[in-house]
Amino acid sequence: MINLRIDAQTTDAVATPSQNGQTDAILMTRSLNFWYGSAYVLEDVNCDVRPREVTAIIGPSGCGKSTFLRCFNRMNELIPTARLEGSVVFRNRDIYDRAVDPVEVRRQVGMVFQKPNPFPKSIYDNVAYGPRVNGYKGDMDEIVETSLKRAALWDEVKDDLKKSGLALSGGQQQRLCIARALAVQPDVLLMDEPCSALDPIATTRIEDLIRELREQLTIIIVTHNMQQAARISDRTAFFTVAESGAGVLVEFNDTQKLFTTPTDPRTEAYITGRFG
Amino acid sequence: MSAQSTAAIPSADVWRPSQTRRRWSGWLFYGLAVFSTLMGLVMLGALLYDIFTDGAREVDWHFLSNYPSRIADNAGLRSALLGSLWMLAFTAIIAFPLGVGAAIYLEEYAPDNWLTRFIQLNIANLAGVPSIVYGLLGLGLFVRWLELGRVVLAGSMTMALLILPLIIVASREAIRAVPDSLREGSYALGATRWQMVRQTVLPSAAGGILTGTILALARAIGETAPLITIGALTYVAFDPNGPLDIFTVLPIQIFNWVSLPQKEFHSLAAGGIVVLLVVLLTANSLAVYLRYRMQRRLQ
Repeated sequence: MINLRIDAQTTDAVATPSQNGQTDAILMTRSLNFWYGSAYVLEDVNCDVRPREVTAIIGPSGCGKSTFLRCFNRMNELIPTARLEGSVVFRNRDIYDRAVDPVEVRRQVGMVFQKPNPFPKSIYDNVAYGPRVNGYKGDMDEIVETSLKRAALWDEVKDDLKKSGLALSGGQQQRLCIARALAVQPDVLLMDEPCSALDPIATTRIEDLIRELREQLTIIIVTHNMQQAARISDRTAFFTVAESGAGVLVEFNDTQKLFTTPTDPRTEAYITGRFG
Repeated sequence: MSAQSTAAIPSADVWRPSQTRRRWSGWLFYGLAVFSTLMGLVMLGALLYDIFTDGAREVDWHFLSNYPSRIADNAGLRSALLGSLWMLAFTAIIAFPLGVGAAIYLEEYAPDNWLTRFIQLNIANLAGVPSIVYGLLGLGLFVRWLELGRVVLAGSMTMALLILPLIIVASREAIRAVPDSLREGSYALGATRWQMVRQTVLPSAAGGILTGTILALARAIGETAPLITIGALTYVAFDPNGPLDIFTVLPIQIFNWVSLPQKEFHSLAAGGIVVLLVVLLTANSLAVYLRYRMQRRLQ
């Protein structure tokens, strides 16, 4: 069963036993194929994401990076024509199994979007939103404070938590969205180009934050910026568009190896700036 | 390719765009737009002036608190005002939840298929059906078949049918204006569909929904034809005290006065129009105020 506890720290993320050939990956995709209507978007992606690491996903536009990311919390199925084959395994359980409720998956696999999307509510209510919809009955003030601290926003907003989340700057809004996602104690945080709408200073702050959060949870980040991937990630997955028109996973390796000694010529072409 | 596109640009002596003509047509259009706006304002101003000079002196407490009478000096519109308010209240109670519920279903739940599109098209068509047709429907359905009689509730149900399409269309627009990024943000935190609708979509759309509802109700308060059709009375000398009392409404009372030959009753009709306009303008200002407040809360 998927664990629905809301504890201060969910520590069993790394404790998945590696027995009977099971890997220690927290998330795995197996033969993942994806379509929007008749458009083939992802072709046969097999990918293991390790816990407590930052996994970066890079690749040219239209290679299905964001779609791939959204497979991990079943966000794609909100689009009526979306179709998925294969499996996405979260802690040894296929999240696309009929018995699994996507609402449970999304509580454990949080998401931060490309454009900051705080709710038109107060800062406090933005952070409390997730715990509230998930039926959290404990000390809400504490969870709001802890989450804002974890997102490195507390000192800037602690005196006006009643202010609208929309009154914050772009970078602050994005950190508010991170705090909001952290408030439901997810094990995995998906980030879809979280810095693409931010200036360099705000970007640096988010990157620092990602490095700190790595101690506590698993992060998968889609980025257009290869330097960013190199700076913050432990492992990097390179996607590109195959002959079929669909996105394929070309190479997935330790970030340093992928950027210094890529094994696939397509990876090398991309990271040296010869295409994409 | 670059050589071709350079050649395609005509040289300066062939291509001499006329500045003056373009500037003139700009000014002309500006003038037409201002004229159109002023037309509406002037007409409204003339209407209000005419009615207030005729009717304002009729409007006093005596006018509001007395029943209609054969003697112009004694006549008031107490029963019609109360009838209008009762009818309006029950119309709102019936039409608001149905309209908003239908809009939520169509925007947030219904799959996008031919049936949904067919329903949506027909709701838009219903908004254009003449009001007297709704009156006939109300007469057949509520007065005769449900055997309610010519009571406030029958009038309210008929009016609810009449304004339901307006509320649905306005609410759907308001709901559709809520950005999808908020819906995704809500889902991503583990919200169910209903939690997403209740806590994200509805608060953001509330201003538009309320404005649309109030404007629809303002239309209901001015409608006469369907109520005459279902048989609302023209002479009521007692208070309607609930949904099952027979009643009349302001527009019918005004119509009644206008159709009498004596001059004094025409002044009374002008007074009635003043009362009706005040009720209408109050409703519209409430709508504007609500929208302003909601927008400020959401900034």
